Amino acid sequence: MQEIPLSQILFVSTALFFIGMYGLFTRRNLITMLMSIELMLNAVNINFVAFNKFLFPDNLDGLFFTLFIITIAAVEAAVAIAIIINLYRSHNSIDVDDATEMKY
Amino acid sequence: MSNYLYILWIPLLPLATFVILGLFGRKYLSGIAGILGTASLLTSTILSFVAAKQYFFVDGKVNGIFQKIVALKYTWLEFSPNVSIDLGIIVDPISVMMLVVVTSVSLMVHVFSLGYMKGEERFATYYAFLSLFTFSMLGLILSANIFQVYMFWELVGVSSFLLISYYFNKPSAVAASKKAFIVTRFADLGFLIGILILGFYGGTLDIGLLIERFTSIHSTQFLSITSASFLGASMLTWGLTLVFIGGAGKSAMFPLHIWLPDAMEGPTPVSALIHAATMVVAGVYLVARLFPVFSMDETALTIVTYVGASSALFAAVIACTQTDIKRVLAYSTMSQIGYMMFALGISKNGGENGLGYMASMFHLFTHAFFKSLLFLGAGSVIHMVHSNEMKDMGGLRKLMPVTHVAFLIACLAIAGIPPFAGFFSKEEILTAAFHENKIVYGIALFTAALTSFYMFRLYFNIFWSKEATVAAHAHDAHTSHDDHSDHGEGPWVMKLPLIILAACAVGVGFVPFSQLVTSDGAALETHVDVVFSIAPVVLSVLAILLAASFYKNKNEKSDKVASAFGGFYTAAYKKFYVDEVYIFITKKIIFPFIGQPIAWADRNIVDGFMLLLAKTTAKISESIKGLQSGKVQNYALYFFGGVAVLSILFIYIWK
Repeated sequence: MQEIPLSQILFVSTALFFIGMYGLFTRRNLITMLMSIELMLNAVNINFVAFNKFLFPDNLDGLFFTLFIITIAAVEAAVAIAIIINLYRSHNSIDVDDATEMKY
Repeated sequence: MSNYLYILWIPLLPLATFVILGLFGRKYLSGIAGILGTASLLTSTILSFVAAKQYFFVDGKVNGIFQKIVALKYTWLEFSPNVSIDLGIIVDPISVMMLVVVTSVSLMVHVFSLGYMKGEERFATYYAFLSLFTFSMLGLILSANIFQVYMFWELVGVSSFLLISYYFNKPSAVAASKKAFIVTRFADLGFLIGILILGFYGGTLDIGLLIERFTSIHSTQFLSITSASFLGASMLTWGLTLVFIGGAGKSAMFPLHIWLPDAMEGPTPVSALIHAATMVVAGVYLVARLFPVFSMDETALTIVTYVGASSALFAAVIACTQTDIKRVLAYSTMSQIGYMMFALGISKNGGENGLGYMASMFHLFTHAFFKSLLFLGAGSVIHMVHSNEMKDMGGLRKLMPVTHVAFLIACLAIAGIPPFAGFFSKEEILTAAFHENKIVYGIALFTAALTSFYMFRLYFNIFWSKEATVAAHAHDAHTSHDDHSDHGEGPWVMKLPLIILAACAVGVGFVPFSQLVTSDGAALETHVDVVFSIAPVVLSVLAILLAASFYKNKNEKSDKVASAFGGFYTAAYKKFYVDEVYIFITKKIIFPFIGQPIAWADRNIVDGFMLLLAKTTAKISESIKGLQSGKVQNYALYFFGGVAVLSILFIYIWK
């Protein structure tokens, strides 16, 4: 089986990252924004795994980082959803444009 | 060399009392505040007597000369290896002498106040302030560094301010305290500049080193300060004159005396302590402390002499016309300090020529006792009569026998009648003046006669004159002040200090002062020359007889003499219009021509610049505040934009 070259994997992860970024900037719904952030984190994960495999096949550092990031992403989701729930309770909405009390 | 470190406790005990009474006094300690203050001061007094005994009679003398001992030296602020502000304790004849004077007079005042201030609402505060004053004065005396002198100098000024305005709901007291503070501050500016000049050329602020450097004619410091000149006078003259201005302000010398009579608004024991015996002689002490340097400069000493002599005469003339007994005493204080000043001015450093110095210190010593006695006696009278005016008094001798005798002794002492204390010190001053400067001697002799006259005018007006109408007067007071009923002459705590001080006023003249305190530390031979003493004593007695004929029984003679003097009497009664001159200068010249332009510049230029800055900032922030939209996605956009820009920078520009 022919090995997939690094450049293709990096292309996928970059695409994933910018899709996430696009989602983060355009969506007004907090849940969707959270999902976009998860996409960006996964792009990073792919980078770690790929570079680990191609550059330092003998080490597992990159894989460990991936595990950390997954853990952090889970924690972050928990915190973020808690925030979103609280925001919903106070504003009856999870649209970011409705929560602008802190401006200026 | 034995250890004098325990002297440190002498000023620290009053400081501790001040802190304790200041923090907790009003709430928790108002009952025992007086006892606490007095007890701690008693300890200080005992310590200073121990120090004096040790210094003067045990180990102060080396080869017949009293040494200057620096008992403690602590480098506090070091500007450069050579210039630092040290805190130290200096032990030499004048500082030990002043220790004894300040602690004992202060103790007497503390005891007297137990009775005089009884029932005051801010009793504990009063004792806290008294302790603060005592601490500052003792610190001033013991200072080994001229900057340390300055710090305590200001502290003394502050405590004087606080005590003058003790009755702060009385507008005149508030005005008097402000006047005292501003006038002395103004003089202190001169003092500060003087210190800086001396420090700059001397390369040190340490008093001992300064004296050492400025008294040897060949030292580089002395050459540099005498060769530099400004407006035709050498920098040494300038520095010393400016220092003397500071001293003159504190010591109420003409023309900076205007605060002293007004300062009598404070409680009478305070006047006795601060405005008679201790603080006002700080100026004399300062000149004496730097005397070796002063003696190198003829001009500065001449200024000291004539300021002192003119103040002595000027104040004595005014004192003859005043009717408020405390004001008479205030002018008398100013006159006596004038004596001390010119005695220093005509003195030379060392040997037989140092007679003036020794006489000045002697007069300071005796004056502290009899003048505080006079003030405490006046306090006792005021306590009884509830008035400061002479016309409310008269015939009190039977009602207050102890005060009467004490006051008489003090009057005789200040008049210079032998064998009371004032005679000896005044005699030394007159002798010194006679040898050095005949004009000053004439002024001094005339002033001595005036002194006797106004003191006995006071005495006869209070205790003789008309028959005691006070009984009825005091009776009226009884109905309104129940707590003061049956106070008669006051409790024993008010009589005891009078008795002790009266004993001092008789006795301290016999202290062999010329053996102990001289300009160079060596004993000085003095003898009372009977022939020389005849003139001043006879003049004094004549003045007393004159006062007796005028005031012993109520008659018209004094009014006739007053009208014969006409305009001169009125001028003296109005204190020669010095206050009016000051008001004219400040209100008509300084305020409109200097104050208002500066105020305008402050309001329009300084403030304007600041407002411009503030307005510009406000405008800029107004224009960019839209960036802070409160929308989380905008912030994310800025963040990613920033990261993108940075990555471009790092990748392509700073490779």
